[in-house]
This record gives sequence, structure tokens and C-alpha cells, in this order.
Amino acid sequence: MQRLQLDLLDLPPAAGPLREEVRGWLREALAGTPAARRARSWGGFDPEFSRRLGERGWIGMTWPRRYGGGERSALERLVVLEELLAAGAPVAAHWVADRQSGPLLLRYGSEGQRERLLPRMARGELVFCIGMSEPGAGSDLAAIRSRAESVSGGWRLRGSKLWTSNAHRSHYMIGLFRTRPEAESRHEGMSQLLVDLATPGITVRPIRDLSGDEHFCEVVFEDALVPEEALLGAEGAGWAQVMAELAFERSGPERYLSSFQLLLELVRAAGPAPEPALAAGIGRLVAHLATLREMSLAVAGCLAAGRDPSLEAALVKDLGTSFEQEIPEVAHALLGRAPRPEGGDDFEQVLGFLTQTAPSFSLRGGTREVLRGIIARGLGLR
Amino acid sequence: MSETAALLRETAERLLRDHCSRATLEAAERGEWPAALWSALEASGLPEALAPEAAGGAGVAWREALEVLRAAGRHAAPVPLAETMGATALLAAAGLERPPGPLALAAPEAGVALEIVGGTGGWRAQGRLAAVPWGGQASHVVTTALLDGRPQVLLLRRADAAVRRGSSLAREPRDELRFEGAPLRAAPLPPPLSADAALVLGALARAAQIAGALERLLEDSVRHARERSQFGRPIGSFQAIQHALAVLASETAAAATAAALAARAAERGDPTLAVAAAKIRAGEAAGIGARIAHQVHGAIGFTYEGALHFWTRRLWAWRAEYGSERAWAERLGRSVAARGSEALWPDVTAGLGAQVDAASDGGVPR
Repeated sequence: MQRLQLDLLDLPPAAGPLREEVRGWLREALAGTPAARRARSWGGFDPEFSRRLGERGWIGMTWPRRYGGGERSALERLVVLEELLAAGAPVAAHWVADRQSGPLLLRYGSEGQRERLLPRMARGELVFCIGMSEPGAGSDLAAIRSRAESVSGGWRLRGSKLWTSNAHRSHYMIGLFRTRPEAESRHEGMSQLLVDLATPGITVRPIRDLSGDEHFCEVVFEDALVPEEALLGAEGAGWAQVMAELAFERSGPERYLSSFQLLLELVRAAGPAPEPALAAGIGRLVAHLATLREMSLAVAGCLAAGRDPSLEAALVKDLGTSFEQEIPEVAHALLGRAPRPEGGDDFEQVLGFLTQTAPSFSLRGGTREVLRGIIARGLGLR
Repeated sequence: MSETAALLRETAERLLRDHCSRATLEAAERGEWPAALWSALEASGLPEALAPEAAGGAGVAWREALEVLRAAGRHAAPVPLAETMGATALLAAAGLERPPGPLALAAPEAGVALEIVGGTGGWRAQGRLAAVPWGGQASHVVTTALLDGRPQVLLLRRADAAVRRGSSLAREPRDELRFEGAPLRAAPLPPPLSADAALVLGALARAAQIAGALERLLEDSVRHARERSQFGRPIGSFQAIQHALAVLASETAAAATAAALAARAAERGDPTLAVAAAKIRAGEAAGIGARIAHQVHGAIGFTYEGALHFWTRRLWAWRAEYGSERAWAERLGRSVAARGSEALWPDVTAGLGAQVDAASDGGVPR
């Protein structure tokens, strides 16, 4: 049984002034933004906002200066993320590039790719998406069938990706493809490729979700030809690269703050002197929130110290997304009001949005069941 | 974890593992005082760990002391170790000399009257303290109250009290102490501690003990799931059991983090709201954790012969002591509501440690 390592993280002193700066900037930048829009959290897509954030130097903060980064620490970046999410800022246009694609390019990209793409990503100009799931490969990611065949002049892509968030608004995808379909083990023979979505032979079709929104997509590859240097990292090392990437994706503040705007609306609706049961309901949610924040920071501390927190990250995501899903339940139970996405007051609109969105919280980025499997393995049960 | 914390953890682990056998736990449940365990603890200096060196302690920080409290929970130590640690910290803060022997930490609860009469130099206690952990076996009782308009630490001799024995679900002593004009010593508590500091530190200790007991539940439940076979395979190979244990692991981690959050707040200022969060979160984890551990253990976990109950009964008892989840949640929620939605995130990022406890009764200056 692996020992859990979740030591409290004390943020560096520089974090305090930075937090105040970001908080103050966001107060102005988001003034007048309706609650229902803030509730979209990291699903809120606003390229103009991302560009303004890029101007402030708050995208790609940890990247080298020569690629447009700020060479700040991972923990300073975390402070900015926390403040963006807590304020309900629309960050979707740069979120994936900042969190995942940029670091991948830094690690595996060619010098040309880095010079061409990273500065524009840091300016908030390039939108990236993550091509993992497929029609036959959801939780079972190793079941992917999309192929990248080595041909003269590059890689020929065939197959399709599914549930790809924001693909219809993205410039690039970093996708997982089979480069050696004859590989013996199903975890072998996969590679990551950087794909320009403007390449001929690629069709992106948005999929309407249950609320009527369109944010995830099907992406079909029909003999799309991408250059040789599209290969990211080693040919055949895709599985290991993707697993390492997921640890970064799993325990950030976006895994417990997705419903935070509803907690704020609940506190507003309760007024300054709520009756005891309502006060207790709010107090309990705040206790969970404060604990989850420390757990998420502790995982970030592990990462910053160079330790592998895969187990801890899975655990924090499971708890965090459960909390995100519980807030609409508790808010409804405490106030007994109807979710009304249109026409309601702020509380009702936010409740309406989150009631419909919440099911996705424990699906995206690894389902609850996948995470519990990872935890069980850490406990020595698998 | 700091070096001091690691050292404390190791010391407490070794000592408690050696002295908290099943026989000791059973004897304690029959009302026997585990003298050997207590002497070993006194010799180790752990009960004084939180007092400054000048007051005969080790001057460790709360986050370091947390390791001792967690170990106490992990081994179900049937002695007032957590209580004595909290009490010595309070006595030292108020500049009162620590009397020898185990100390009780009493948190007056609503509806239970301990009236303090007299004036500086001649305070006397009249009334009763209910369900005081190890009240009848302690040499002295430490509590806090608002006296002369300021928060003060009160030190009473147990010998001055009429004791009516009571016990918790875990059959740990929870005694009523009745005082009839008993003399007491009182000294002001320096800020940021408030008039209910005894309640707050008691709750912090219980949150840490709950975290420790959950660690034990997790360890025992995982072992049981790997050893117990049904349908021709270890039950831990079934996904239903694996996922239940994954939840137990998550709740255990949440309780430990919540307790650490409170301990850190105690090092920085008024920890009341962080302790509220810790007691709420750890208490909830206690309920969920005990339920899962029993389900995984099956019938053997429900017998006295099995050992699981030494921890689950403590979890059920501890979550209600020094303020229930409900009481703390109301208090935290009132404070959040009074400060308004705009203050919520800044308060959370300050570790729930910097803001005024708007719901505090005495309006204690900090």
C-alpha cells in the first residue's frame, strides 16, 4: 500500500502580491459580467479575454522568455489559475494551450514548432484541443484506432476523435494516434501528433450537449497529411506521454471550482443572517472547499518538487468533482428553488446551468470509475 | 514533513505501538487506568510537546504536534494525551504552571452551567462540567471562559469536584464534575485565542485523532480485503470493494488535510474557523469511513472479538465531541454569511485563518 503524500503547501511570499494584482485586474475586467456567464467557469470561451490575459503575461507564465513565457514558478501560475476560476473568468480559449499543449511542445516539440507556436499561445492567440477519446475508446483509451501512417512527406491520418472540447474553435489538436497497429501490446505503438486543424482532409463537427450548448466535437480524419515534424516525442511512446500529461490535468483548481459560482449565489441568496439549517449547509460546503483547495495545492507541491503524485491527483479529482456535483444538490435542497437557465434570477440561472452541466464533471478527464481504479491500484488491490 | 514532525511521529508511533495492545484497550474499557502507558508517555515528554521550553515543554509547532495527535488516533490510545497536550498549551499561553499528572480539557457546552464567582485573586467555581474526557482520572481540569471581560484560562483541581462517572461509545471516561465553591486559578489568555479556546483546541485535537483513526481503518480494511477470500478469490479483487476502499482512502486523506489546515491556522492566528472546517470535514469522513470499513469487514467487524470497533466507536464518539459537525457548520456558515460572498474566496485563500470570526459570541478583541 502506497503511502499518501499530501503535505500542506505554503505558497511562496511572492504569491501574495501577485494574487492581489490578479484579483484587482479581474474585478475590473469582469465587472458587469452576469452570474450565468461566470458560471461557465473554464468552459467560458472568449478569445478577446484570453488575448488581454496574454498581454498581462498570465498565459504560459512558466515558459522560457525566448518563447514568450514569463519564467515564473509553477506555484505563481497556480495562483493566477485559482483567481481566474474563482472569479468565473472565461478562460476556455487558452486553457488547454496553457495547461497541456504548451508544456508538451516545450518538452517534445521541434525548435521550429516552439518558436512558431509558443509565443502566439502565450499571447492567447492560438486555441488548442486534446484528441484522445474516440467512438470506441472512452474510458478505455488504449482502444483507440485512429491511425497515423508514416508516408513520404509526413504522416497520413485516418480515423476519428470524439468528445474533443472546443475542436470547432481550435487551431491545433495534439492527438493520440496508432503509428504501429501491429504492436503486440495494446499500450504500445501509439504516438502523439501535433495537428493543424486547417489541414485538408479534417472535418470538425460540433455535437450539441443536453443543454443545447455546442462545446465538444467529433473530428474526422480522411487521409489528412501532416508533416514529419508533427510527431511529438518518441514514436511509440504515446501512452507513457499521455499518462504523464494526465497527472497535470487531474488535480488543478478546475477540478473543484466548476460550481463555485453557485456557492457564491447561495451565500448571496442566504443573506447576512441565515436561519440555522441554511447556515449549517453553507458552512459544510465551505469546509469541503477549504479542504479541497489544500489538497489540490498539496498535489501541486508534489509536482513542483518533482514527485509523481498520480495517486494523490486521482484522489483529489474524485473528491473535487464529487464536491462540484454536490453543490447544485445542496443548493437546491437548502433553498428549494427551481433551476431556470432562462428568465430566472441569478441563483436560478446558475443552478439551471450547473444542474445540467454537473454530470460531465465526473466524466471529463477520466471518469470517477477510472480514478477509483487508479486509487485501488495505489492501495495494492490491483 | 519537517524533521521535528518526523521525529515526533516516530517517537509517538513506537511508544504507542508498544503500549496500546488489545489487552490494554480492553482493560481501559473496564475502567482500569493504563498506568504503564501513561508513565511511558510522561517519560517521553510528548504530553508537554506544545508548551514552550521555558515552561518545561518542547515548544513544537502545532503542525508538528499534529503527528502525535494522529498517532494517538491511530493507536486508539486510551489516555488523555490529546487533552493534556491542549491543556498544557493553554496553561503555558496564560503563564500558569502546569501541575503534574494527566490533565482534562473541558469545553463548557450550552446549557451546562459553571458559574465563576469572586474576583481577581479569589475566583471560585460553582456548578458542573458535563462529559469531561477523563475528568475523573485527571489531576486537574483546564478550561477557558470570559472573566472580567477577557478570555482567561481556568485551572481547577479534580480533587475539589464531585465526580459522576460517564463514558463515551468507546467506553472512554466522560465524567461529570460538580464544583461547590471550589477555588481555581485564572490567568488571561493572550490574543488571538478567544474565550472558547478550550473548545477550539479540543476540536482541533479530535479532528487530528479522527484522521489517525481513519488511517488505521484504511490499513486494516485493505489488509482484510486482500486476505479474506470468497468465491475463490480475495474480496479486494472485486471492483465494488476496490471502489469502496478508494473512497475510504480519499476520506482519510481529506480528514488529514483538514486537520493540518487547522493546525497551520493555530500557528498563525485565531484558528477558530479553520478548526470549524477541520472538525466538519473530519467528522464527515469519520461517518463515511466507519461505514465503509464495516461493510468491507463483514460480520467479523461487528463482533467484539474483531478489533475494528476500537476505532469505529471512537470515530462515532469523537465526531460529536468538542462541537458536533452541525454546531461547527452553523458557526462557520454564519460567519461566511455575515462576511458576504465577496469575502468568501479571499478568506479561503487565507486558509480560513486571517478573518474575524463574525459568529463568535464574546466579541473578543484580536
